[in-house]
Formats: sequence, structure tokens, C-alpha cells
Amino acid sequence: MTVSIRQFDDGAWIHVADSRAVGAGEVRRVTDHDFCPCTVGHVLVEAFVDVGVAGHDVRARVAGQCIDCGTDGVLDWLTFGRVDGGTFRPVSTDAVQQVG
Amino acid sequence: MPSDVERWKEEVYGVEIRDHLERFAEEGWDAIPDDEHDEWFERFKWWGLYHQRKGQESYFMMRIGTPNGVLEPGQMRVVGEIADEYARGPASNPEFGETWADFTTRQSIQLHWIKVEDVPDIFDKLDDAGLSTMQACGDSWRNIVGCPVAGKDKNEVVDALDVTLDLHDAFKGNEEHTNLPRKWKVSVTGCREGCGQGDINDLAFEPATKEIDGETVEGFNVRVGGGLARKEPRFARNVDVFVRPDRVGPVAGAISALFRDYGDRDNRFNARIKFLVDEWGPEKVRRVLQEEYVDWELETAGDDLRSEYTYNAGTHGGHADHVGVHEQNDGNYYVGLDVLVGRMGVDDVIELADVADEYGSGEIRLTQRQNAIITDVPEEDLDALLDEPLLEDYSPDPHPFMRGSIACTGTEFCSLSIVETKNRQVRYGRWLRDNVDVPDGVQDFHIHLSGCTASCAQPQIADVSLRGMKTRKDGEPVEAFDIGLGGGLGENPEFADWVAMRVPADEVPGAIANLLSTFEERREGDETFRDFCRRRDEDELAELVEPEETSYEDPFMHNTKMTWYPYAEDDDLDASPAPTRADGTPAGSD
Repeated sequence: MTVSIRQFDDGAWIHVADSRAVGAGEVRRVTDHDFCPCTVGHVLVEAFVDVGVAGHDVRARVAGQCIDCGTDGVLDWLTFGRVDGGTFRPVSTDAVQQVG
Repeated sequence: MPSDVERWKEEVYGVEIRDHLERFAEEGWDAIPDDEHDEWFERFKWWGLYHQRKGQESYFMMRIGTPNGVLEPGQMRVVGEIADEYARGPASNPEFGETWADFTTRQSIQLHWIKVEDVPDIFDKLDDAGLSTMQACGDSWRNIVGCPVAGKDKNEVVDALDVTLDLHDAFKGNEEHTNLPRKWKVSVTGCREGCGQGDINDLAFEPATKEIDGETVEGFNVRVGGGLARKEPRFARNVDVFVRPDRVGPVAGAISALFRDYGDRDNRFNARIKFLVDEWGPEKVRRVLQEEYVDWELETAGDDLRSEYTYNAGTHGGHADHVGVHEQNDGNYYVGLDVLVGRMGVDDVIELADVADEYGSGEIRLTQRQNAIITDVPEEDLDALLDEPLLEDYSPDPHPFMRGSIACTGTEFCSLSIVETKNRQVRYGRWLRDNVDVPDGVQDFHIHLSGCTASCAQPQIADVSLRGMKTRKDGEPVEAFDIGLGGGLGENPEFADWVAMRVPADEVPGAIANLLSTFEERREGDETFRDFCRRRDEDELAELVEPEETSYEDPFMHNTKMTWYPYAEDDDLDASPAPTRADGTPAGSD
């Protein structure tokens, strides 16, 4: 089954199967990254720059800013969810995620 | 590789989208195939319809483009009647009630909670009134902006209104310019004060004179590639072209065609013409324009009037906005009313139309500062107009903090915004009015609040710039703002310096209060706030911003983005009734 995945509304959303799946404006907790000096970066997603897939994972590069140290820029590929049997299951914003 | 949006536009775009809209309206929301939502919602923008954010599915924002902000007699009443009948949602706003009209920074009007099923009726009413939503959004010629009193201004060099209306007629629904790589924002200024804000537009015509064959000719200089979005602000660049008023149409069409052909259709983040001007430089823009798009010799730029610009220029005197009572070029007067954050409840919209009919010609104009102007008022009727109760709420002589406030749509409806905006700016304005002394000589103090980097409230060109952010307070993520200082237009426009980052939203009023107190203490003589900022580097400016909690209370500190509607009693996303049927009942219910 083919599911469409794209960035939409000028980077405000990741759309999966023509539905809003993940929106900008949320804070993501990331480790193993070179985005900022924080061990755990808290990156506010300001816009989705690129959207792609790795297997069943839906990934994106985001323009954002760490709300703790203020570093801004583009974060490397991060997983935002997974498509299982045509259903999108988002990664919780409470999760601490590895980048790349 | 062309983007999905380009592929969809290639298949169906432009005027024909209306036929599809009417089909979907006839068959109902469910008739829009689930797997075609993205492409249709992208196309609907061309007809001024923007699908509202998550939790508000099946509801649309509708933008009505009013060229140069001019509403002819009777048109504002139609807008009010449409808002009253169709722009009502499942919840109300605590400041503005159930329905209203938003006046935008591009002199347009936005209504919310519109159902697709109602669109044909609304279009019919707009058509009958001579109004339209065509190209109000989407990748094409947007609403053309300019000095809101063009044609009536005592300080006008060239009558820009006729030029603007001719452009509007020529490029709305023009198949050659229907599908551009990205939005196309055009400004025409004819006055000496720079009220058209040409510097922040893709294409700007600015007043100029030139000696041609021994005669002084009045016309326009051309600038290209301005814009504020995405932390990539640019002022429009001078491409060294002078154009006579009767040649504005062909030159505008030629530059629009150049953008159509050379703009980046692979990457929408790089598509605006400001990036092409970055890449080419203004000299190459001019050369390609001359060689490929016009068949006559372009004149080089004439003598501009930029040294006289006072609009939003941070100077004493002149025209910082169009609020107040001002004489027109025909001896009548226009009365500019302060519409706080550009939002007017529907009863007031209709009352405004009535008042304009009673005291003026019935015409109403909208400004780029989200305000409204009643025009053509005879001098002998001014006192009676100024006594109207409507003007108590929409004052021609407002407090400086209310007068200078601009805010975008925010998380109430917008997908991009990170924070709540309009209601918060209303609260900021009131608190500042009630608690902060206005520095001596300050008539207006511009505070522009934008919910994100898209910059719809034009934050970079304000005395105090607020841009939506988040931060952590007491361990919890809260809504916040980056604070910038010292931006503005004028002869030498400047973007704000972003000097205080991630300030919790409830500490912003305290930061502004402290800033103004320091300004009053340390200013030299009667220097303006803009000059005061100009004398300091970024580090010195940063020291002036001291955020602190005050008596100001902010009810929107939580994550308003994750609500279905920030002011609903139960605002949880799961409590949303959307999507709904035409009658407002939840789709899928019995």
C-alpha cells in the first residue's frame, strides 16, 4: 500500500495520506546531535524543511531553535513517526530521540 | 524536480478552480476525496480560501482582496452581512464575540469559519458588490497595496490609485500570470511619505521624476525583491528603471513574466524573487528584463523622493500612519480610525458602513497598519462624525500604545503560528496604556506581534518587534517571544535587531515598560526611539531589555497550538467538533 508523505503549508506540517500528521510549533528532545551544545537539545520545530522516509519511518529535517541555549539552524534527519499498515503512529514529544 | 505543488498547479490552477469549488459545495465537504485534500486545499488558496488549522477541519479562512484597501460605497456593508451570515464557528472569541472581520497588513479582509458549502453563495454576493477573493492567496498576484489615501492625498506626486486599479484589472485572472513560482506582492506608491511600504514587496513602484527630452516627467522608480519571511528579510533592490505611469502595466507584466520563467519551482523555500535577486544582482535583473521581456529601451532610474519619506520612519512629524483627521486634496477630510489588531466585530463593521454613508461618500479604505479610514467627509460634518459612539471604540485619537499595535492571526486559526497573538496583543496594549508612561513627544509607538517567522505582522519594521517562540519557565515549556528593537522604514529602512530571545509571554509587558523607562532616562533631548536605538550596538540594546513579571496576567501561556480552539471551554483537540457538515453538526454523527 502506497501512502503519500509530504511537507505542507509552507513547512507547517508533515502530511501523511493527505492528513495533518505532525505540526510545527512543538519542542523535540534530541541527543547525539551537533545542533547545539546541550546534551539533550530541546528544539522548537519552526518549519519542516525536508520530509523523507527510511523504511516505515517518516523523517524530516527541521528549521528550529533550542529553547534552552538559543542555537538556531537546521536539525539533521529526525524520525517523527512510523506508518504501520497504512496508519501513522507519531513519536511522542516526550521521547528523547537520537538524531541522524 | 518540481514540487508536488507545482505538479498540482500544472494539472488544475487559476480561474477553473472555482468550478471545482462549486462542485464540492454542491456535494458537500465529504465530496473532496480524502486522498486529494492536499492538492485541493493548495489550489483553493488561489480563490482566497485557506483551510484552517488542526482541530478546525472543514472550516476555511476567506480572504477578500481590496486593491489599495479601497472599499467603494456599499462594499463594507456587504462584507459585514457576509460575515454575519456565514463566518460563524462552533465557539466564540472572548474579546471579539462570534463573528468579525479582520483587516490585514496587505489592506485585505479575512473572514473565518467559512464552510465550503457556503462558498458559491458568498461568491455571488461578492460578485454582485464588485468584490472578489480571486488570487487573494496562492502563487500569483496578491492584493496590490499602496498609500491608502491614494488619489485623495494632498502630498501625492503621482495619482497612484488609477495605476493600482489598472494593474489589478490587468493581472487578476490573467492566464499569463496565473501560475507563478510563489506569491507575488506588488506595491504602488504615489505620495511623498512612502506609505506604500514598497521596500518590503516583491515589486515596488515608487514616485520619482526624470528629465526626458528636456521635460520633467513624473513617474516611478522600480525596486524588486523585498520581503520579510523566514528569517530572510530583504529590502527591495533598486534595478535602475524609471517608468512613466502609462508604462507601469507593461513593465510590471514583464517583471512578473521574468519571475514566472526564472523563479525556482523546485524549492518553495527558495522561490520568492528576493532569492533570484540575491543570486543575479539587480544589474542582471535589469539586463534580462531589457533583453528578453521588453521591446523598448528602458529609462534609467529618476530622482526619487525617499529623503522625504516619513511613513513608519521613526521621525518626528510626518505620517507614521493614517489615524486622525486629515484634509484631502479636494478640501474634504478623511478620518483614520484605530482598529486594534485589525479586528472589528460584525455589528461594528456594519455600523462603520452606516457612518461612512452618513458623513462621507460611503467609501472606506483599509491601511497597512490594519486600520480603517472614512473618506470624503465635508468639514462641516466632522464634529458630528467625531461624536459618533463608534469612534469611542475605534478612535481617531487613540492612546499611542493602542495606535501602534499590529498582530497577525496566530494560533487561533493559523497552522504556522507558534503562539496566540491577537487577544494577547489586545491585553498587552491595555496593560501598557494603563501602567506605562508614554515618553515625551511620542505620538505612536509601533509594536508588531507576529506568531512565527512568516512575519505577517511585519515585525522587523517596528519600534518593538515580537516574534513567537517558546521557552521554559519553572520547568515547563511556555509561549514566548523574541524581542527586536529599532526597525522601521523611511529613506534608509532598517530591520530590527533581535536582542532578547525567548522572553516568556507574561514578561514581555514588563520588558517594554522597563525599556521605555530607560529610553526616557537616557535619550538625548527629544530624540526618537528609532534614533535612540540607532546609536547603540546590539549588545547595548540587549542590556535595555529587562523582562519581568508584573501585574499583567497572560491566560495563553500554555500550548495554544495543541488546542482545537484556544478559547473554547474544553479546548482539548479531542473535544473538537470538526470536521462538520454544512449545518455545523459533526460529520459522521447521526
